[in-house]
Amino acid sequence: MSIREDRKTEPVEEYYTWTGKARGWLLKHLPADKLLPQDQPSYVASWIYVFGMGAIVSLVFIVISGVVLSLNGPAWYHVSDFGHFVNSVHLWSVELFFITMVVHLWGKYWMAAWRGGRTLTWITGMAAFLVSIVAAFTGYLLQTNFDSQWIAFEGKDALNASGIGAWFNVANLGQIFGFHIVLLPLAVGAVVALHVILVRMHGVVPPIDAAETDAQLQGATDQTEATR
Amino acid sequence: MSAPTMSRTDRDALARRPWRGHVREYDLFKELTVALVVVGLVIVGLSAIVGSPDEPSVTLKSWAQAQPADFVATATAELGGTSETAGYGPPYNTTADATQTIGAFDLQSFSGVQLPIDTAQDLVITPLTTLNTPPNAALVFLNDAAATEKADWTAAYTDALTNAPDNDPAQVAAGDYGPVPVLADSLLTMASQGSLDGVLNAQQTFYNSDYTRTILFLGDGAYFGDLATAARLTGDQWGMMNETGNTPGQSWLWLFSFWYQIEPFASAPNADLLVVLLMLVLSVLLTLVPFIPGLRDIPRWIPIHRLIWRDYYKKRAAGRS
Repeated sequence: MSIREDRKTEPVEEYYTWTGKARGWLLKHLPADKLLPQDQPSYVASWIYVFGMGAIVSLVFIVISGVVLSLNGPAWYHVSDFGHFVNSVHLWSVELFFITMVVHLWGKYWMAAWRGGRTLTWITGMAAFLVSIVAAFTGYLLQTNFDSQWIAFEGKDALNASGIGAWFNVANLGQIFGFHIVLLPLAVGAVVALHVILVRMHGVVPPIDAAETDAQLQGATDQTEATR
Repeated sequence: MSAPTMSRTDRDALARRPWRGHVREYDLFKELTVALVVVGLVIVGLSAIVGSPDEPSVTLKSWAQAQPADFVATATAELGGTSETAGYGPPYNTTADATQTIGAFDLQSFSGVQLPIDTAQDLVITPLTTLNTPPNAALVFLNDAAATEKADWTAAYTDALTNAPDNDPAQVAAGDYGPVPVLADSLLTMASQGSLDGVLNAQQTFYNSDYTRTILFLGDGAYFGDLATAARLTGDQWGMMNETGNTPGQSWLWLFSFWYQIEPFASAPNADLLVVLLMLVLSVLLTLVPFIPGLRDIPRWIPIHRLIWRDYYKKRAAGRS
């Protein structure tokens, strides 16, 4: 058999181990051009699309400032000017995170962005929002000042009425510290990562009522708009 | 096939398959870099200009020094078992009929008493025994008394404090209060000197990070709540979403706070349970909106998407004409 003939009959790669099957699944559902695209559908042209990225970038600043704060302990920022500045960065990152996330969420609602098999993308986005609320709540409890004292006193009632106050004790600083710097950041990070991966896998949802007869779906062999 | 005549399945098919139409250049990493710079500048700017609030925490010492009468009245209530904490129920104690319920639905009792607090013992008597010169005679007197006798003493002293000018313990009318005035005054002295904070927080150990007892003790008095009211932090002031000063707080809790402002929640004895369950239902509904007919159709009925994708719809119309 010549080399040329051998190449012609080269078999399709077989995935026969768990690792191989996982690789095959990933290559099929999340190929490199989907994960790191160089273009997007022509309809991805609105300011609404920047808010998802805004939320992710805010989260980056939350994590960086949070790591600096946690390395120095929750009481550091009371006695250090730099610590107070880092605390301010942490607070404003959180504020921007929620502002951009909420605009992103409602933007996606009005775009009915769950269409076309994107239900899990919507659900993970909502999960990220809800887990982030809990994470932020524990952050406010870690301020170790009057505000955190009062939030602990007032917040306990809703948690106790729900039957979880004994295990999620808002007046137990050590417990809340663990929740805030380990468990909840891991949860937010995991859910956001899954959300972003799902966005890349499924692509950006087309406009409502988009049809095969639309001008943007005709004569697209070049695949690129003149405005590029 | 025109858009209006398409079925839900047809529309879904187009949204489900990869886009085969016109595309535009998109640089993910460039967008990420620009976003990092822009958002970073906004955050650093706000941090430098507005900063963040840091109202100093309240201590038992500052409370005892600022409002000794309120402290003594609260200590008396803790001793007599009539404070809010003493009557709270799970997870702190077993007070009957104290839990928030909806009929037989009683989540608060689910945990049981996981954080036991005997207010008389834990907040008054045990701290006093740690003093270099504890009021032993008064402590023995109290210990030897019957439960009804203790209750009568604390109730009588509570009434006397209420009727005294400025609620001043020094101006209380003579009466049968047993050892209660001595114990309350000793605790006031202990708190004023700053040692009660350490004793309550340490709970007989060197390390501690659990402030449950101190927070509850503070909350049983009027001083702590008055400070919160002045800072617009109480429940009827949208407190959970506010922050001290003028800095925005947890504004994302606006809906949670909203229910506490209106009836029937505002005056309901089980308001916390009702609001938590309502928010749970609303959160589940929003999470599962893709499956809920009506809710998932609102974006089609109210065409805000026409603004978001206005270029697409404009070009589509031009193409058809």
